Amino acid sequence: MIWSNILIYFVIIPLLMLGGLALCKNIKQVRAVATVGATALMVLAIYLVVAFLGLRAEGNTAEMLFTEGSMMWFEPLNIHLALGVDGISVVMIVLSAFIVFAGVFASWKMDPLPKEFFMWFCLLSTGVFGFFISIDMFTMFMFYEVALIPMYLLIGVWGSGNKMYSAMKLTLMLMGGSAFLMLGILGIYYHSAPEGGQLTMNILEIAQNDAIPHSWQYFLFPMTFVGFGVLGAMFPFHTWSPDGHASAPTAVSMLHAGVLMKLGGYGCFRIAIFLMPYAANELAWIFLTLTGISVVYGAFSACVQTDLKYINAYSSVSHCGMVLFAILMLNTTAMTGAVLQMLSHGLMTALFFALIGMIYGRTHTRDIRKMGGLMRIMPFLGVGYVIAGLASLGLPGLSGFVAEMTIFVGSFQHADMFHRVFTIVACCSIVITAVYILRVVGKLLFGAVQDEHHKTLTDAEWHERLSTVTLILAVAAIGCFPNFFSSIINEAAEPIMRLFA
Amino acid sequence: MELSYTVAVLIIPVFMFLFLGIVGVKLSKKTAGILGTLAMGVTTVIAYAAAFTYFFGTEQGQVIDGVRQQLTVLDLTWLEFTKNLVIKIGVLLDPISAMMLIVISTVSFMVHIYSLGYMDGERGFQRYYAFLSLFTFSMLGLVLATNIFQMYIFWELVGVSSYLLIGFYYTLPAAVSASKKAFIVTRFADLGFLVGILILSFYTDTFDFISLTSDPQAAISTAGGATFLGCSVMTWALTLIFMGGAGKSAMFPLHIWLPDAMEGPTPVSALIHAATMVVAGVYLVARLFPIYAVDVTALEIITVVGAFTALYAAAVACVQSDIKRVLAFSTISQIAFMITSLGVASPELHHGVGYMASMFHLFTHAMFKALLFLCAGAIIHAVHSNEMSAMGGLRKYMPICHIAFLIGCLAIAGIPPFAGFFSKDEILVAAYAKSPIWGVWLSVVAGMTAFYMFRLYYKIFWWNNPDYGHHTPHEAPMTMTFPLIFLGLVSIVAGFIPFGEFVTSNREVYEIHLDWTVAGTSIAIAVVGIALATVMYRKENNLPEQLANRFRGLWTAAYHRFYMDELYQFITHKIIFARISKPIAWFDRRIIDGTMDLLANVTNSASFAVRRMQSGSVQTYVWFYLVGAVAVAVITIICLI
Repeated sequence: MIWSNILIYFVIIPLLMLGGLALCKNIKQVRAVATVGATALMVLAIYLVVAFLGLRAEGNTAEMLFTEGSMMWFEPLNIHLALGVDGISVVMIVLSAFIVFAGVFASWKMDPLPKEFFMWFCLLSTGVFGFFISIDMFTMFMFYEVALIPMYLLIGVWGSGNKMYSAMKLTLMLMGGSAFLMLGILGIYYHSAPEGGQLTMNILEIAQNDAIPHSWQYFLFPMTFVGFGVLGAMFPFHTWSPDGHASAPTAVSMLHAGVLMKLGGYGCFRIAIFLMPYAANELAWIFLTLTGISVVYGAFSACVQTDLKYINAYSSVSHCGMVLFAILMLNTTAMTGAVLQMLSHGLMTALFFALIGMIYGRTHTRDIRKMGGLMRIMPFLGVGYVIAGLASLGLPGLSGFVAEMTIFVGSFQHADMFHRVFTIVACCSIVITAVYILRVVGKLLFGAVQDEHHKTLTDAEWHERLSTVTLILAVAAIGCFPNFFSSIINEAAEPIMRLFA
Repeated sequence: MELSYTVAVLIIPVFMFLFLGIVGVKLSKKTAGILGTLAMGVTTVIAYAAAFTYFFGTEQGQVIDGVRQQLTVLDLTWLEFTKNLVIKIGVLLDPISAMMLIVISTVSFMVHIYSLGYMDGERGFQRYYAFLSLFTFSMLGLVLATNIFQMYIFWELVGVSSYLLIGFYYTLPAAVSASKKAFIVTRFADLGFLVGILILSFYTDTFDFISLTSDPQAAISTAGGATFLGCSVMTWALTLIFMGGAGKSAMFPLHIWLPDAMEGPTPVSALIHAATMVVAGVYLVARLFPIYAVDVTALEIITVVGAFTALYAAAVACVQSDIKRVLAFSTISQIAFMITSLGVASPELHHGVGYMASMFHLFTHAMFKALLFLCAGAIIHAVHSNEMSAMGGLRKYMPICHIAFLIGCLAIAGIPPFAGFFSKDEILVAAYAKSPIWGVWLSVVAGMTAFYMFRLYYKIFWWNNPDYGHHTPHEAPMTMTFPLIFLGLVSIVAGFIPFGEFVTSNREVYEIHLDWTVAGTSIAIAVVGIALATVMYRKENNLPEQLANRFRGLWTAAYHRFYMDELYQFITHKIIFARISKPIAWFDRRIIDGTMDLLANVTNSASFAVRRMQSGSVQTYVWFYLVGAVAVAVITIICLI
């Protein structure tokens, strides 16, 4: 039975939360339900890690664990609710749980319509968790859509600035990506088994069959890669990101940049690369060029932005570009680096957006030219921002360094000129990142206070502190004990990358 | 292993950093300062114990056949990239790291004590001590690194501690921009370091220092003669790694951050920007010296960069008016001496005397330059200005400081028996042995050193008495004078340490012989420099002014540091910001995003256009019906024919 599988509860809990929230009568109950649910998810995620490592320690070397109990959904297309996780999905689930937890506390004082806000927030979480635990392409796609649609309402209703435009743009561009994806998935499905075999949506089975003709791979690989790449903010399909992030409310920005953009990177390798290694190898250079551009281009763009959220959105373009870049290097070390970078970027960007939201909630502006000297006024938020900044520019001891170095060392294992040059180009981003991070930190936190009204502002409240500290601890944990995470991921990446050895 | 307690020198400071950083604000300033200083005291004791046990211990395996061994006391896996490329965090004890333990802990401890007085009453006192602990931790981790990636990790950490401490007075725009500049310039250099590491580790398949340097010939040959743009890839790797060193050690043209870094509190300048962090580049080259010794091209690049920087910085130092800037350029020039000395060192020449000389100078320089900076701090504390014009005649008011400063000046000028004489002499010996050109070059710079240091000395302590305002300057408190006295004494005696017995390029014991021809010349040159400074600056006169007017162009150029800052300003603002970043941002908004908007708009207007068909008016529908019917009929007929 599927109920005996621990993974299904990652979907059940958010759905229960959703039901619970619907019954809530006041903000207190809403908060209680949200807190309980988010904590339950976190506990479950940590339990999953322990259980996963336990099974591995017992010598279970199957590619995916917790695969028992799949449920038939739609017979004609052989669609199942099939679950399973490997090391990579496990860390992504943990990441999501942390960010959902921090997100709840960051939107503690959500106004107006807190109940509705949290309901959509739960639906979004359902989609995210569902995506990471599925191994059936169609189910994945369904959860993917479940995660995307609430974005439209969350931004459109609770956003700020030019929110209708941003919400529409984000949704349309991502839906455009989904259209490619749908085509890709159907294409894969119809070639998923050798002539006469039972067609399947199950990723593991498709990989096993390895039946997709090379000529089709040339067509289907770009479809799926671009489809997911849009969500991974791949140049030139990234422009939804700055506007979308700028308009989204705090917790949505956190969840979006923190987790949702990771669906892109995760999907790229789980479907595009894993199922179509031949085309991946042949066409990697095209996408390497695009993502290589993303990395530097995003960083340069971030240098001249004046809105805090735009800076971070462009910085995300750069950092997420690095994820896809590393995936396309098609070797184990770089792949491990890519997942570490997803983790690291997820946590630190969530931290950034949380802090930006808190600062914006006080100063009512995000324009760095209108702020200054906030460190003395709100030291806690200031220190948090500096730590997030240092993580972003790759300070050892925080997560960014570990991820970037793994990517660079992995990418450099290719001895040809093309890969070398692009690796060095990507390395250059560490300098540009330092430029824009220090620029914004210098303007926002240091120097003289720009606006007299800011002098009366208060520092973070307990729920804001809780949210910030959770994320900082997570960032520091990866930065200080990277081998724990790296070995889990590495062991999952290896069987996949063996396809390219 | 016996020496495994050495790891405590890393644990104590990092714990202190976290402790003071998190709960520091809850403590009183005094408690925080004293706790930080005590912790540093304990660290110093452990560091001394480790270094002395290493040098004098009788443990088996420390010295084999007269060669000091490299002891890996601890090596924990931190991150595995591939099977062989593994970052470890460990402790490596060998002559240079043991020497650095002494240098760093001594200076850091003195600075901790000194700051109790100097920073008294400053806002953020606890934070200051937390950052000092962070710096000490990072610097010790850097020198004790067992592998190049560990070094890179701590390299970045010292960079960020330096950033935080330069920007300590974060409400002052000058401090903020100086800290930013320091970080970004060194980050740029670190990019070279990183790429260098990537290349080196790709071919040698290891990060470990001992495996890299135990058989340098084999390490170099792993590249199998691969070349890039006409140079061997190993030369590229080593030069790029040196670029990282040049950034931290403020070698031309990456030196521009160091003078600005003087915006930080003066004890910080003494610790980070004079004695310890800025010599990290020298240490890096020394650490990898066996490989550099095989690759002649890289070593030549190092020599040229070092020699040029030495002269350039000395020239600039001669005309600056801010005392900390004079000291900053003097630091650049002296570090360039060490770098050049490594560049001219080769195992064949006097058993690699250049290597020993470089490390010797690093040691003595750390002591007397920290002394000079701490004196400068006391002076600034007394007159509340960095400008020489606000000083003069201070010898009457600050006798201890005066004597200490004089000792520092004599040491740096190279007058026996002060410390600088011995170490600089060895550098000159090495330079003359390589080529007389480098020997003469460095001798000239040594003369300039004597001149500008005594210019500084006279301008502060003699010259004239300016109007000090409503309060007369007075001697600093005991917490500040004690470090001066201690470092002053060290600067007197450090030259007599038989350094060759401890630190040599092949770690064998080597006897230092003073070469009296070289020593005589260098003393003579120093005396000439001092005499010139005495004539020009002992009493107030207009000779300096006349000379400045006579060589107006040169003087102005040197005063403006040969316009290097303006050049950088131009490159970063006019080219990178205005010509790259802005256009990219514009392109993104207008072209890429514009295309997306255009698509949306086209769809939109197409829908509007089509909407007209659904007008609800029956007449229009009839029209459409008729036109359609006729069209179908026509097509059918055409097809049938």
